[in-house]
Amino acid sequence: MLLSNKARSATHARSRAGLLSRLDLVGSPYLFVAPFFVIFGVFGLFPLLYTAWVSLHDWDLAGDAGFVGLANYADLFADPDFWNAVVNTLGMFVLATVPQLLLALVVASLLNQRLRALTFFRMGVLAPIVTSVAAVGIVFSQIFDRDAGMANGLLALLGVDPVDWRADKWSSWLAISVMVDWRWTGYNALIFLAAMQSVPRDVYEAAAIDGASKIRQFWGITVPLIRPAILFTVIISTIGGMQLFTEPLIFGQGGYAISGGSLRQFQTVAMYMFEKAFRDFDYGYGSAVAWMIFLLIVVFALVNFLVTRRAR
Amino acid sequence: MRNSGPLVYLTLLVAIALSVFPLYWLFVVATRANDVVGDWPPPLTPGGNLGENVTRLFAAEDANFLLGMVNSAIASITVTVSVVFFCSLAGFAFAKLRFRGRNALLLVILATMMIPVQMGIIPLYMIMVELGWQNRLQAVIVPFLVSAFGVFLMRQYAERAVPDELVEAARVDGCSTFGIFWKVVLPALRPGAAVLGLFTFMGTWNEFLWPLAVLEADNPTVQFSLSQLSSTYYTDYTLMFSGTLIATLPLLVVFIAFGRQIIGGIMEGAVKA
Repeated sequence: MLLSNKARSATHARSRAGLLSRLDLVGSPYLFVAPFFVIFGVFGLFPLLYTAWVSLHDWDLAGDAGFVGLANYADLFADPDFWNAVVNTLGMFVLATVPQLLLALVVASLLNQRLRALTFFRMGVLAPIVTSVAAVGIVFSQIFDRDAGMANGLLALLGVDPVDWRADKWSSWLAISVMVDWRWTGYNALIFLAAMQSVPRDVYEAAAIDGASKIRQFWGITVPLIRPAILFTVIISTIGGMQLFTEPLIFGQGGYAISGGSLRQFQTVAMYMFEKAFRDFDYGYGSAVAWMIFLLIVVFALVNFLVTRRAR
Repeated sequence: MRNSGPLVYLTLLVAIALSVFPLYWLFVVATRANDVVGDWPPPLTPGGNLGENVTRLFAAEDANFLLGMVNSAIASITVTVSVVFFCSLAGFAFAKLRFRGRNALLLVILATMMIPVQMGIIPLYMIMVELGWQNRLQAVIVPFLVSAFGVFLMRQYAERAVPDELVEAARVDGCSTFGIFWKVVLPALRPGAAVLGLFTFMGTWNEFLWPLAVLEADNPTVQFSLSQLSSTYYTDYTLMFSGTLIATLPLLVVFIAFGRQIIGGIMEGAVKA
């Protein structure tokens, strides 16, 4: 009797342990991903989807003033300030990205040789990524200052008159592109370097035997073989470029900061969204701008993808 | 392959000089008096005014620089610990555990990684208004306690770094699933977690747009303080530059200490992509 009781309770304990461990086995995965999905769902996914809903409403500080369908988008398409911001964004994107990726290719191929102090060089080119965008904006604002800036000092050495960098489209775009390039060239170079290191050496040896010069090898072998990495950086740069915000904002300084200069000469789409939503409190219109940024990213990522894939 | 010639070194040194010069210039101006800024030729050696500039910086009206530093430190540390923990947990589950709906859930994460965060910023702000979190520090912490990129990264890492046999063996030994994660998986994930932690810390410390939207000048993060300085004191370069220097210093220290891991993380991520 005593024995069988003991035996029974042992079986009971075992089956309870079995149940627990089965619960553990089935339930744990969900428990493990749950914190992520709860926080991500509330603060990440929901706002993303809700933006679409808000963009279809007349919505301001007082709240939702009713469904207006696509009226915000219709207004947006007729809004010259919006198109000005689109042109500025695209202009700065091209002006920044093309030299940036070319420079990164050159730096990467230099780093891809047998070098002493390799870590020193790699860390040196990567150093800019550590600084915040706000810091970059502040330092380069000084460098591109009209009266006290180093850029104008250098130009004076060449006999060029001082440039009022903030005053015109071309000069402000150029200054802002320099900031972007300074921060990201090293990062892209490291990505190219990683890809270059996976290119087999014997391909180059064969080409060298055939008498191909270093430069021919670079365009004929390296560039085509690291095309996936180039594609990756082009897409990343597109996403970043279409969202350009902080550099022009800080470059602007003072009262006209969010409008990108007195004549909106360097206002980007992201700045325009911010102006509409957080200065004019027109949330509906701001949300429509947000969707247009997304559309820009998709369209240009696609265009770049196709162009880069075809280019040889 | 033979060793590279002097031309390669020279070109690389020029590239390094270009990439480090603005940081050096930041340091020089931060240690100078305001009246030398704009001199030509520009001063290229540090001066003795750093202490005075920093004192002025912390006393600068409306910038609340000290509070910005403290706020950013709290936010960055909290977010980093949380992201590393929860993303490792979820990454482990996605890589090594079998459950219904796994692939669908993973697909949701991957899809949202492609969409810029800026897109959701207006509803996110509305949520903060509903919660009464405007101008409060939790507004820049809670939404970022997890990251889709982090889950993806840790899943990739766990796939390679944690052998299935190790998980099986621990289970046979009677370890609970969380016990397996804590005692077996987490130690194996440490290098990946270090890279994720470094990037998360840098990202949170440098975050600009969202604090600007949800906080106000009396309760800023450090980048917000910097933007205050640059809009209020934009002719006082030494003040702005010493602020920028101090705001960048923690990251420079992290970078010098963990540079190799950061480079490894970027290069590894690139090969995967």
